[in-house]
Amino acid sequence: MALQSLDIAARSATTTPSPQARGAIPVAKLIDISKCIGCKACQVACMEWNDLRDEIGTTAGTYDNPRDLTDQSWTVMRFSEVEVQEGRLEWLIRKDGCMHCADPGCLKACPSPGAIVKYANGIVDFHEENCIGCGYCLTGCPFNIPRFSKKDHKAYKCTLCSDRVAVGLEPACVKTCPTGAIVFGSKEDMIHHAEGRIADLQERGYSKAALYDPAGVGGTHVMYVLQHGDQPELYAGLPNDPGISPLVSLWKGITKPLMSAGIGLAVLAGFFHFVSAGPKEVEEEEERS
Amino acid sequence: MSTSIQRYTARERGNHWVVAIAFVLAALSGLALFHPAFFFLTHLFGGGPWARILHPFIGVVMTLFFIAMAARFWKLNRFIPADREWRRRIKDVLCNRDHGLPELGKYNAGQKMLFWVMVVCMPVLLLSGIVIWQPWFAPFFPIGLLRIAVVLHALSAWVLIIGIVVHVYAVIWVKGTLRAMTRGTVSEAWARHHHRGWYREMTGK
Repeated sequence: MALQSLDIAARSATTTPSPQARGAIPVAKLIDISKCIGCKACQVACMEWNDLRDEIGTTAGTYDNPRDLTDQSWTVMRFSEVEVQEGRLEWLIRKDGCMHCADPGCLKACPSPGAIVKYANGIVDFHEENCIGCGYCLTGCPFNIPRFSKKDHKAYKCTLCSDRVAVGLEPACVKTCPTGAIVFGSKEDMIHHAEGRIADLQERGYSKAALYDPAGVGGTHVMYVLQHGDQPELYAGLPNDPGISPLVSLWKGITKPLMSAGIGLAVLAGFFHFVSAGPKEVEEEEERS
Repeated sequence: MSTSIQRYTARERGNHWVVAIAFVLAALSGLALFHPAFFFLTHLFGGGPWARILHPFIGVVMTLFFIAMAARFWKLNRFIPADREWRRRIKDVLCNRDHGLPELGKYNAGQKMLFWVMVVCMPVLLLSGIVIWQPWFAPFFPIGLLRIAVVLHALSAWVLIIGIVVHVYAVIWVKGTLRAMTRGTVSEAWARHHHRGWYREMTGK
């Protein structure tokens, strides 16, 4: 939903600057996986606040419920049973959802002006009223997050509760988290908070504990504290070095102006050929003979 | 008045124009989604969602009718030794110095090249288009394949659009050509001048 109370830093399919007179502090949600107990209260809070109701599914033998993100489930706890060392089993529970990239691949790929916006505070939001349902955002996203609605063929994902943040509230999942595993604030504060948590984890034997704020997408406005920061893949396939696919960068980068110019030049070449060489006519005597 | 020679039957003309109209509609709606500068073209189709919905169906019509057309003209577009000579003298062709150009059949090397460009681009467009067709087919393909398909789709569409720009311009440039596709006939002089081999075949002269 369009929020006039938040300023826009970038707009999909727009080649001129977005309205950005007012400044904003970059915000971030920090998810400390070492504190998560997998209660799914965040999933419930997300459903409650956004009035989402997913269909009742079937179990796949894990605690993942629902099994995957959908247009009605914008966040899903992903449970990974991992034997990090011989005989040492760990249950890694990652709250999956939009990472709110500083360089959002979805926004880069989107062809519809203003269907995807990045607010000045860093939140990446879909404005479904402008969505045309092409699915290009799926190709742009390095985290496989946007989901199509079967009802309206439009893409949905976590809004980072942009409507709540706009009026000074924290996202619903943060509000409800019973262990304080999810915290919200300025990105600077969240990085600072994470440093304390990482130092604590390192003291307690997790020497590789680290903050997940991947540089390949310019950093994210949803960050994780990972006990095993050197192996993000352990956490249900969290990408080690995510980035916008080079194919998408090619398609939505240099080819757009170059190919468009190429078509224009072809037309101009024709015009100037005509006014210089002139039409190719069959001569009169040939016509008569 | 010189006499006319039949170049295209009514069926061939109809087939060509179905492909041509579908191409124009597919190109306009496709360009609209390619660069924001062209997004306004979606208004011709009733807005963004409608342009997105209609584009693939138009594309399928274009490809199916092109296949029919390609089958009709396949044999006539095989390259012959005279095409090399024609290509070598492309500068003379462009400067309207047509004297002493090799004797050609129904099509010259430029027309043949366009034909084969289309024969390559159309299937690439159809197949890559199916892979990215929301919401019907795209969910069945992995995202990695979607990424390859969007690039191939844009690239082949671009080659095709450039090809058609050349094709349309050639008709504007070479006088007496358009009537071949509107009325089906060309003048004897036109046939003798541009496609002498075909002219001999048609008239026995």
